[in-house]
Amino acid sequence: MKDSKTTEEMNHSRREFLSKTAVAGTITIAPGVLLHSTAQASGNTSTKASDEEVSNKNRWGMLIDTAKCADGCTGCVDACNEENGLVGHDRPATDTQYIRKVTLKEKSTGHELSLPLMCQHCETAPCADVCPTGASFVRADGIALVDKHICIGCRYCMMACPYKARSFVHENVENQKLTAPRGKGTVEACTMCVTRVDNGGIPACVEACTAEDHNAMIFGDLNNPNSDISVALKEHGGKQLRPDLKLNTGVRYQGL
Amino acid sequence: MSKIEYTSVEGKSLPYFALLGGLAFMMLLAIGSVFYMEHEGHHVTGMTNQIVWGMPHVFAIFLIVAASGALNVASIASVFRKKIYEPMARLSALLALALLTGGLVVLLLDLGRPDRLIIAMTYYNFKSIFAWNIILYTGFFGFVGAYLWTMMDHNVYKFKPYAGFSAFVWRLILTTGTGSIFGFLVARSAYDAALMAPMFIIMSFSFGLAIFLLVLMATYKWNNMELGDAVVNRLRNLLGVFVAAVLYFTAVYHVTNLYATQHHDVEKFLLLDGGIFTNVFWVGEILIGGIIPLALIYAPGVKNCRTTLGLICTMIIIGGFSKIYTILIAGQAYPLEIFPGYEVTSSFYDGVVNSYTPSLPEILLGLGGIAMTLFIVAFALKVLRFLPVSLADSVADPHSAK
Repeated sequence: MKDSKTTEEMNHSRREFLSKTAVAGTITIAPGVLLHSTAQASGNTSTKASDEEVSNKNRWGMLIDTAKCADGCTGCVDACNEENGLVGHDRPATDTQYIRKVTLKEKSTGHELSLPLMCQHCETAPCADVCPTGASFVRADGIALVDKHICIGCRYCMMACPYKARSFVHENVENQKLTAPRGKGTVEACTMCVTRVDNGGIPACVEACTAEDHNAMIFGDLNNPNSDISVALKEHGGKQLRPDLKLNTGVRYQGL
Repeated sequence: MSKIEYTSVEGKSLPYFALLGGLAFMMLLAIGSVFYMEHEGHHVTGMTNQIVWGMPHVFAIFLIVAASGALNVASIASVFRKKIYEPMARLSALLALALLTGGLVVLLLDLGRPDRLIIAMTYYNFKSIFAWNIILYTGFFGFVGAYLWTMMDHNVYKFKPYAGFSAFVWRLILTTGTGSIFGFLVARSAYDAALMAPMFIIMSFSFGLAIFLLVLMATYKWNNMELGDAVVNRLRNLLGVFVAAVLYFTAVYHVTNLYATQHHDVEKFLLLDGGIFTNVFWVGEILIGGIIPLALIYAPGVKNCRTTLGLICTMIIIGGFSKIYTILIAGQAYPLEIFPGYEVTSSFYDGVVNSYTPSLPEILLGLGGIAMTLFIVAFALKVLRFLPVSLADSVADPHSAK
């Protein structure tokens, strides 16, 4: 008797626990689901489930409006360094840079502008073509990456990259970020913050540029005609760097 | 021509062991340098994110290119049936294998992760010319090794023509592959030229033969064996043709670039404004490596002078290093043209000519590769019979034998 009462009490508390969990769960998940569906509609971020394979349904890209990129602002660079745990050693020739600010002065007119330059995430990437082991590769969704496990550190990809977007890890690395593994003796570059993107986020540089209220960078799905990036590209156009090489880059620029 | 008799070197003298000891010491220094560079990371070298390939690659590419060319003498004997070259075919093949080994070891030990050799051997991206080269190098060892076997073992002697022909074709493909490492780099102004492949082949002929002649003359002199003028002068004349051909290809490369307006800037850099690179090009590559040796080869007064020939070969080797230095380092030093029509500045050396100062460990690693090559040759000459007992005119020259 005593035993059955105990069982009843236990069942009650279990029901209470389950119902409370359900409510809490709904409160927690609902905004996410809402965001998820909004994002899906906008095509600005990934809606892929974490166990779903990367596919060519998406082509992730960035659009940079050079008119909005403030001269002297390094918000994107700082955010990238923080996100990827890139620490300089006061050796600019060998320190890693995933993204850098470039100042341009048109020779014929003297017109000046500045822009961020990083891996252009080419569809037919020269780095991936020349890599002997296949460590350099382009994901189905257009993000160019280095598989740190099979990179032998030959640096042929650095010779081949038209944008000098890659760095070689010239020294020991400490305090690595869990989301951005690095390794001495291997090559690395902008990953378009792939871990963030896979979790429905946007790259750290774009986030920082928006936070600075410059809004010079838009991230999104080039395959989705409704995404902000596709709409902006359709409206104002956008150029690829070294278009003569026909690499179909994922990063585009306006105002060049 | 009578049957050729082969011998090994005695290898018991003090100078022989001093030579091996000296070479072993150089290899030890190279190993020490590798440990230092790998432990500290490549920041201790002169190489950077701008000049990503440095001195080790200059040495490695020189040795790999020369390896293919060192096989010349054997190829001329087996493929083109020139009898006078026949006795030297074994040494030619041995030197080819030793040079390739030295070059590859340098290339491997400069990798960011040399411990991942097994990955390089098992993961292949077949679109990569580098991956093809790994197969080409391995194949070279196989083909030239088999060729050497057919030359040295009477049981398989009948296969020699086939082995010789295969090795000949393979080495042409191999150097095409080496040249294409640069020829396929579309983004850099100084590369991206199909001419690179045939130019590398002709470079291999020249550098390889110069090294072969030096090794041949030194070996015969140090072992008091007879080396006649008939053989040496044949090789000397052949060397002259190769040196002229390298100059011709160099001229075609630059003149073609000079015709196209888009390449004017890079040519101005290489030929006029490049500072050290321009000096290395004109003085090292053209003058020391081309014009002076060419003049000396055909100068009547020094025709049979071995010292002059030794000097000529040394100059060609210096010129060869200069040429590869110019192609490799100057090609990287010239800034990438990402924004045509703009002046560019950044924290990552955009728009500026990159500088490169080779560090001691890099140079020691490269010299270690040369030492390894020579060690292999010196050791192999002792344990197997690579050398004809005599290369006197009466033995080597078919006309004297009549």
